[in-house]
Amino acid sequence: MSDTTVTHPLVKGAVGPGCEKVDPIVVADGVTRQFGGLKAVDVDHLEIPRGHITALIGPNGAGKTTLFNLLTGFDKPNTGRWSFEGSNLASVPAFKVSRKGMVRTFQLTKSLGRLSVLQNMLLGARGQKGENIFRALIPAFWRAQEKANTERADDLLRRFKLDAKREDFAASLSGGQRKLLEMARALMSDPKLVMLDEPMAGVNPALTQSLLGHILDLKREGMTVLFVEHDMHMVRHISDWVVVMAEGRVVAEGPPETVMNDQAVIDAYLGAHHDTDLGDMTTSQLEVIEAEAAAEAEAELAADEKDGKLR
Amino acid sequence: MDWLSIFNNAAGELISPTTAAYALAAIGLSVHFGYAGLLNFGQAGFMAVGAYAFAISTLSLSAPVWLAILIAIVASVVFAFILGIPTLRLRADYLAIVTIAAAEIIRYVVSTVGLTDVTGGSQGLNGYNREFQALNPLPEGTYGIGPWTYSANDWWVRLFGWLLVIVATILVYVLMRSPWGRVVKGIREDEDAVRSLGKNVYSYKMQALVLGGVMGGLAGVVFILPRAVQPGNYGTALTFFVWTALLLGGAATLLGPIVGAMLFWVLLSLSNGIIVGLRDVGILGFMSSTQAGQVRFILVGIGLMLLVIFRPQGIFGNKKELSFNV
Repeated sequence: MSDTTVTHPLVKGAVGPGCEKVDPIVVADGVTRQFGGLKAVDVDHLEIPRGHITALIGPNGAGKTTLFNLLTGFDKPNTGRWSFEGSNLASVPAFKVSRKGMVRTFQLTKSLGRLSVLQNMLLGARGQKGENIFRALIPAFWRAQEKANTERADDLLRRFKLDAKREDFAASLSGGQRKLLEMARALMSDPKLVMLDEPMAGVNPALTQSLLGHILDLKREGMTVLFVEHDMHMVRHISDWVVVMAEGRVVAEGPPETVMNDQAVIDAYLGAHHDTDLGDMTTSQLEVIEAEAAAEAEAELAADEKDGKLR
Repeated sequence: MDWLSIFNNAAGELISPTTAAYALAAIGLSVHFGYAGLLNFGQAGFMAVGAYAFAISTLSLSAPVWLAILIAIVASVVFAFILGIPTLRLRADYLAIVTIAAAEIIRYVVSTVGLTDVTGGSQGLNGYNREFQALNPLPEGTYGIGPWTYSANDWWVRLFGWLLVIVATILVYVLMRSPWGRVVKGIREDEDAVRSLGKNVYSYKMQALVLGGVMGGLAGVVFILPRAVQPGNYGTALTFFVWTALLLGGAATLLGPIVGAMLFWVLLSLSNGIIVGLRDVGILGFMSSTQAGQVRFILVGIGLMLLVIFRPQGIFGNKKELSFNV
């Protein structure tokens, strides 16, 4: 890394891990989560810029999903506080976080299998009068609202090309379609911040392009997007800002061009050969990689043994 | 063998108050398990709470019938809260364990000697249905055709029981087509997904538990109108019979619990009549009459196993709906 201070229009001051943003939508401070002896998340300071697409990357076990769970109230941190649009979110239950406009999706899609696609969508709508058990008994209270919600759901389904599946059970959709459904369902609630946990995992290449388009659309409509992803091409393609996590910490931050070209980040967190397509490699290249991997494994083993002796 | 009386008895079970009570309890269970995904293995506990609340408030507090029923409802609501508050935030299995234990606790408490003045101890209670019979609008006499010929009092109990079943069915029908029902069914599929959409999952689960519990409590009231309150009736067997009726008809269906309860009792009565009949004519001579009476429950167990293996969705269930196991 060079000594010269790097600046960026999104950032107040110098660019670096935990830097302050000009207009943050989420601000987290000292968030830690411990699983037994393992500190899964240990974030000193993190700000997510409003109205942009931020990617959260890092190797497996870096704590990305755990951080997601903490921020959205699905898990409780050991320490720390964080705010969304200035209102404190620490120890606020998940459903209230969602009501504030911070809506998430899941790494393993949670489509509601034995509900129709349309019912899935309608469940996303906010402030439904008919969701109160007493008002539910008298359809006159909620019929008009239900009709308006259905129209909106149909619009979204057309946009996500799921309109042909409207009456089908969600369980009959393919993995990629479920991802789309989950995203569309989250949009039913008019969120301010959409948090996508691995939106591309298990999606076939034909759908990838349209999913990318949908994510860019969210930004165009003024929403903020935070997503976890392993697909580096996608990260490079659509994100405005990249946050790199490793072993629970934020280790690097910056615009994709800079962060993705940072040799240290590439080697340590993405693997030295992350950009090479395994299918394209010749046998000799593979041999080199395998040799490297074996050498690394041996080195680690040796280090472990040393540790073992020290203990 | 007297086939006529065997069939008459079986036909009588179709509309008996006990069948109505089972149907009502099964509708409550359908709200719990079929729609909200709550594993309640203590429906007998709710029935006991309703039955004892009704009987005790009539006998000890000399409450009028409407007040006694109201007290039974309130007691069921309180019981649901006691079960739900500690368990509904946890995984589904915890509710199952707590409900089965709580139902047993209720049964042991009401049969303790120390409470004999109030609950009648192991003797139970009787003589609480005079006021209910006094409300009978039907003139004295015997009505009906064929196997369904009953006295005015018997008809009044049946009318009351089945009226409650109809009201409960309409209530479930309306609720499950509303946005409320959608949230509850969503919770059955995946709690976290519904939570991420901004719904207070805990509150909805509690509402479903209370609703189904009140139906269980009222089923307890219907159950005791033609007989005495006996603590022995509220064992785990009762819960599992209600489950059998529910699964027979289909869990998340409207008519499933009702038809399931009818079938359960008709089949029980038929098999009993046939087995006892066969014994009397000497074909099953190796059995004592007590043994013959028990064989039908063995058949219930086998029937339940076959049902779960070969038609898990029940009679009215949608095979397609069940085959998606997400």
